[in-house]
Amino acid sequence: MTARPISRDVGKSHDVGSWRADIFERVANDARFAGLFATSRDTSTTLTAVLVEAEKVIAVDTDLTEDHYRSLTERVPAAFWYERALHELSGITPLGHPRLDPLLLPSEATTHPPRPGGAPARTEGLTPAELKGPTDVSGYGMFTIPHGPVRSGVFESVEYLIETPGEDIPHLNIRPHYKHRGIAKAFEGLTVDDGVLVAERVEGISGVAHALAFCHAVEALAGLTIDEHTGLVRVVYAELERIANHLDVAMRLCDAAGLAVATARFGWHKERVMRLTSGLCGSRFGRGVIVPGGVASRHAQPEPGWAQLDHDLMRLRRDVEADARVLMRTASFLDRLRTTGILQPDLARRWGALGPVGRASGVDDDHRRVRPYDGYRQLDVPAVDSGAGDAQARLAVRWQEISAAFDLLHAAIPTLAGQPVAAPAATRAFTVPDGRGFGVAEAAQGEALHSVEIRDGLVVRCFARSASLHNLALFHDVFHGDIFTDFPFIEASFGLSIAGAAM
Amino acid sequence: MPWVTRGLRNGVVTSRWPRHADDYFDTFPAAVDVNPDPSVLSLESVEEIDGLCPTGAITIADPPPDGTTNGGTNGGASCGQRLPQVRLDRGRCILCGRCVAQRPDLFSWAPGSDTARLERDQLVVGSVPDTEDNLRAVQAELARRVRSLRRSVHIRHVDAGSDGSDEWEIQALMNPVYDVHRLGIFFTASPRHADILLVTGIGSVGMLAPLQRTRQAMPDPVVVIAAGVEAISGGLLRTSYIGRAGIGEVLDVDIWVPGSPASPFSLLHAILLALGRLPAVHPQDTRAGGKADEGSG
Ligand code: SF4
Repeated sequence: MTARPISRDVGKSHDVGSWRADIFERVANDARFAGLFATSRDTSTTLTAVLVEAEKVIAVDTDLTEDHYRSLTERVPAAFWYERALHELSGITPLGHPRLDPLLLPSEATTHPPRPGGAPARTEGLTPAELKGPTDVSGYGMFTIPHGPVRSGVFESVEYLIETPGEDIPHLNIRPHYKHRGIAKAFEGLTVDDGVLVAERVEGISGVAHALAFCHAVEALAGLTIDEHTGLVRVVYAELERIANHLDVAMRLCDAAGLAVATARFGWHKERVMRLTSGLCGSRFGRGVIVPGGVASRHAQPEPGWAQLDHDLMRLRRDVEADARVLMRTASFLDRLRTTGILQPDLARRWGALGPVGRASGVDDDHRRVRPYDGYRQLDVPAVDSGAGDAQARLAVRWQEISAAFDLLHAAIPTLAGQPVAAPAATRAFTVPDGRGFGVAEAAQGEALHSVEIRDGLVVRCFARSASLHNLALFHDVFHGDIFTDFPFIEASFGLSIAGAAM
Repeated sequence: MPWVTRGLRNGVVTSRWPRHADDYFDTFPAAVDVNPDPSVLSLESVEEIDGLCPTGAITIADPPPDGTTNGGTNGGASCGQRLPQVRLDRGRCILCGRCVAQRPDLFSWAPGSDTARLERDQLVVGSVPDTEDNLRAVQAELARRVRSLRRSVHIRHVDAGSDGSDEWEIQALMNPVYDVHRLGIFFTASPRHADILLVTGIGSVGMLAPLQRTRQAMPDPVVVIAAGVEAISGGLLRTSYIGRAGIGEVLDVDIWVPGSPASPFSLLHAILLALGRLPAVHPQDTRAGGKADEGSG
């Protein structure tokens, strides 16, 4: 199996003006805008836009000598949150940005940028300050219903300010900053072996995918190839994680609809997936398995054996698919999902909507299929049928992905069972040269993307972008005309993680 | 109504713990132990072991002065030798398994979900001094506070900067496998009706005020549980510019339950430990951790 680098840098000759022009031209030629971040060095700051083209992930860099540049958002709307984030985290001002409200830091943050990238942080004095209420929607009869940050159930903390003149929802203000954890800085100064542990916690419910994205970046840099066995082991953990996540979404949707038995059924199935995972590796989240260079050697062949896993998965699949069929025939349930939270295909494409959210609106750029990595190179990942872009379509996409995941597992596991493990890849010693690598993996939420810069064997900058950050901003645009009570269905159908978005 | 009949299809899936032993509870590798016999530990390897753990959970203390004996589980060391003392703080351990893989002579997985403790110090294993007497006092004080909560208890959860996995494990307590309602345990949206505050996450700066507000809205007496190593010590993010080295810096914590994240059974163990409702040690269970059984009945 040969390594196929998924990324390349297009050089840093750009001044800011031609950097912008380059990005605009690529986006006009159907490149997908996938992120923007700054790397603060001692004397300068590098701005990096990440674009995904048909074959490759591309980084376009420019070195800033000033602490501002002209905002991209007016021409590339998907840059909206990324520019707010780098404004706070790196102290760089995108001039002309439509709304530079705090997003990730809980104070008037531009004076306290942590400055990821190796330059000294300026976070002294960063204190919790209560932010003022919304100002963007006002008028007679307008009132605000805050949801959060402490939610009414067992949920991650986030604040949704729903500004409503009654039952309709004209505007939603999303505030994930309450649980910003300083993830970017947490990577800095770590070895890659420690860095992957932070990657697992960028978005804890998709830790396998983030560990893979991080490792892919490191492996691209080090020129490592992954053997067939290791690649398939990675697929097993990644697909188990996907099934658990999608079952969680189904469970939350059933809960929102008050279907107690269905909620219990999918909760039970999800528990079974997590127990199969812990039976393999000791962690219910598959943590500690994926390491730079391969998988941790003790997980190359699991204790209970692959054959048992295959058998258990077949029984689980029968139960899950039977319950899914009944659910998708439950009229009272479908009534709540149909036409709820429609993401228009046009917007989804322009935004580069990721994962099941994008696929339900006709945007399908599944890395497993389009730019296969690890064991997916020898497996067949089917394209899914999209739909009307509503909550029902998103759930339908997830059922297809669950069935495909069971297929992938059933294809991978017998191969693994028949393979003796020669030398576990992770025990090979390797060095990571100085430089920057990009890595991606398809999480249950969508593309997990890591840019990892290494100097002297240590991480100096890691931009770990979850699909949750990219997709959460789309919440703004799916509420129009929907009644207030649709909120839990829309939120659950997006299936995002606040931890991933708050970084 | 197809769902009504589907609910019965697979018989009883619910665990019978704590009344009866549960295999998953007993075998889950929820913690790491320091092996009792440290005689293999040469002084030269001390530095290597010191740098092994990504969260600094493993520390090596100087040997006690001549004439004193080692406390705790290192008591089996051969006499006359002054050995460095290996300690492992489960409140910091993210269960990455590195120490077990690299030094199986010193570290091993400790199966069993009974990992919650009443005192932060109790999470440190290895050669540590005995704290039995102090512990009994803490236990008695907690028992006094929770006396009114024997039958049913309401929990308010607050995410103070978790990675999101902790919430999955708490939600799992309501799935039919754990079904904590059978034990009179309920989650509530209203802090005014809550008896237990269950906190996850590093204590991010943004959540400090909402966390305090929730705590203040709860009627005393309140039991506070720090769930997961991030809530206990900050875990991997303990040096973050935006977090705390555990929520113990801002709240009085009664119960510490380690894990990364804490598994559903460890969380349930913590809740029952808080309520003094842990059963007596099961006949087949002889582990030391299960002995906090004063309040069973
Ligand atoms: S298993 Fe725990 S104690 Fe051991 S190295 Fe990992 S974090 Fe440290």
